[in-house]
Amino acid sequence: MKHMETWITSHKLPVGAVMAQLVDFVRKHFMFFFNGVSDVVGSLADGLTDFLLGFPPLLLLVVFTVGSYVARRSGWLTALVGLGLLFIINQGYWQETMGTLSLVLFSTIICLLVGVPLGIAAAHRPWLGRLLHPVLDLMQTLPTFVYLIPTLILFGLGTVPGMISTIVFAIPAPIRMTEMGIASVPRTLLEAGESFGSTPRQLLWKIEIPAALPMIRAGLTQCIMLSLSMVVIAALVGAGGLGVPVVRALNTVQVDTGFESGFAIVLLAIMLDRLCRAKGTS
Amino acid sequence: MTTALAFSHVDILFHRQNSKAAINRALAMLDEGGTREEIARTTQVTVGVADANLAIERGEISILMGLSGSGKSTLLRAANGLNKAVRGEVQIGNGVAYVDLSNCDDDTLREIRKTRIAMVFQNFGLLPWRTVRDNAGLGLELRGITPSMRRKMVDEKLELVGLSRWANSRISELSGGMQQRVGLARAFATDADILLMDEPFSALDPLIRRKLQDELLHIQKQLKKTIIFVSHDIDEALKIGNQITIMREGRIIQTGTPHDILFRPVNDYVGEFVRHMNPLPVLDAASVMRGLDLPGKTDDGFTPIDEAGLYRFDFVADQVRHIGGRVHAIQRHMTVPDTHTCEIGPGLVQCVPTGTSLHAVALLRQRSNMPVLIHREGEVVGLCDHGDIIRGMTQIMGG
Repeated sequence: MKHMETWITSHKLPVGAVMAQLVDFVRKHFMFFFNGVSDVVGSLADGLTDFLLGFPPLLLLVVFTVGSYVARRSGWLTALVGLGLLFIINQGYWQETMGTLSLVLFSTIICLLVGVPLGIAAAHRPWLGRLLHPVLDLMQTLPTFVYLIPTLILFGLGTVPGMISTIVFAIPAPIRMTEMGIASVPRTLLEAGESFGSTPRQLLWKIEIPAALPMIRAGLTQCIMLSLSMVVIAALVGAGGLGVPVVRALNTVQVDTGFESGFAIVLLAIMLDRLCRAKGTS
Repeated sequence: MTTALAFSHVDILFHRQNSKAAINRALAMLDEGGTREEIARTTQVTVGVADANLAIERGEISILMGLSGSGKSTLLRAANGLNKAVRGEVQIGNGVAYVDLSNCDDDTLREIRKTRIAMVFQNFGLLPWRTVRDNAGLGLELRGITPSMRRKMVDEKLELVGLSRWANSRISELSGGMQQRVGLARAFATDADILLMDEPFSALDPLIRRKLQDELLHIQKQLKKTIIFVSHDIDEALKIGNQITIMREGRIIQTGTPHDILFRPVNDYVGEFVRHMNPLPVLDAASVMRGLDLPGKTDDGFTPIDEAGLYRFDFVADQVRHIGGRVHAIQRHMTVPDTHTCEIGPGLVQCVPTGTSLHAVALLRQRSNMPVLIHREGEVVGLCDHGDIIRGMTQIMGG
């Protein structure tokens, strides 16, 4: 028995080593690509943060509040946005909040740009769905820290590795929800479109996407929430934002900073969630 | 070319993986006379429709009838390619020649769907995020008609189905009956000449259903479309159909006029199907009238036309005389009269075509208080008095 055990352990499969070599190989031969991505994406995201910080906080507060009223026509929601942002300014986390906001917006946009078409394609091609599902499961269950290490190696410290990890974690939501939404469009609606002579493209734009829109929106909301839940981990690899004070508070055991920045994250989450939800659902 | 649509030797088979080999094996079995069950058991192929032959004339309302699973919807859906015929032809006249829908390319099929054939669905198939107007305009939109033009065409059709007031409403604000009116307007909007209706009124409650049937008949009088209508309700079929096709287990059993189906069923199955049906609406003057052998039976050249022998028809002068000497002129209706609207002149003997319903004949008998004469293309061939009407009814009821 003991003998067999030592035999098994002595013939360890080189899983870790293979992955390490793979990352090493990619780093050696494709570094220019990752440097390029890092530079472009990093400067765009940081640029957005700098742009937002270029305005006086109070002015931006008014813009956001009025904007939320124009978008949703809800007094309750407008008050939430106004007071929430006021609280954040009051607590002194405006700069970090803008950093997080631009990080979340950026990763969400990329998630949607990639995720929605991928979801549609998967709904139309069952084989693609079958291929995609285990990958999505892997992306959501593999502990974040594990793929943080290679992203760190490939993209260096800063906003970009944080964003990449955020995207890896959040993108399954829009893919899955879009796929589900498109796949569950009632047959009669598709047949109605077909029987009036729609082309596949017309069917997609005039029937499938509008019918799946509530689900796609739910995917968007989920994506934002998942992105927000990654801010602390993004901060660990050098991304700015509200994660930074949380990490600092953890390292120095400061209860007050921890809760202040924590509440700011929660407030931002609630505001974004309520703003993005479909009308009529609460 | 008066045939609008024809199915010839159409077989429609389904296989879950759509395997050609399995379907071919099933076709071979079908040709050897295999039943649906046998074929399903050995090849996992479902026979939807087998060897269907049916021609639908222009302007006709043709009903496909049968129990669920009889293949009636499957056959209907082959008429616009939602189901493909595995074998056989689905021909639609395009004005010059016939196009075979089961073997044409995608562009041709789309063109025909856009301009020639429209469909109404059992569950309406409306897009809930659109307004009534935008739903009704779907077909025109897919065809690339400009919004202003579309609006004009759609509003016309909404008016036709009585929904003008609701043009800007959401679908969810409408009752089931109104939703199906939107479905009708959508189908009329493209000005397609062939309308496929897949149990369009089955999801509605009986009162609304009857109302929509009446409206469909009314609209049909103006638009003269070719309509193929799937129904499982024999009353509905007899009410609106010119031609009825009974299907069972994927095969067509009988095609004929309502009268044929009701009084000349080809087998017990059809007989059973129509047994509990109220035959009265289908009975026409020709089937109850007493024939008149003209010229006259009496010495003076007059033919008595009522039981009591009080009225006599003078075929030479084309009038009716009472034995007391009163003369009654004859009011001829060259087409089947609408009993709700037609004026009955005082003292005039009513003369109607052979196709007039028994119900209308009875009403005219009642209102003119004189026997009703029946003509075929203007020539008097028979008459209906109380006794004939009652005899006709009791014969049917007595079985």
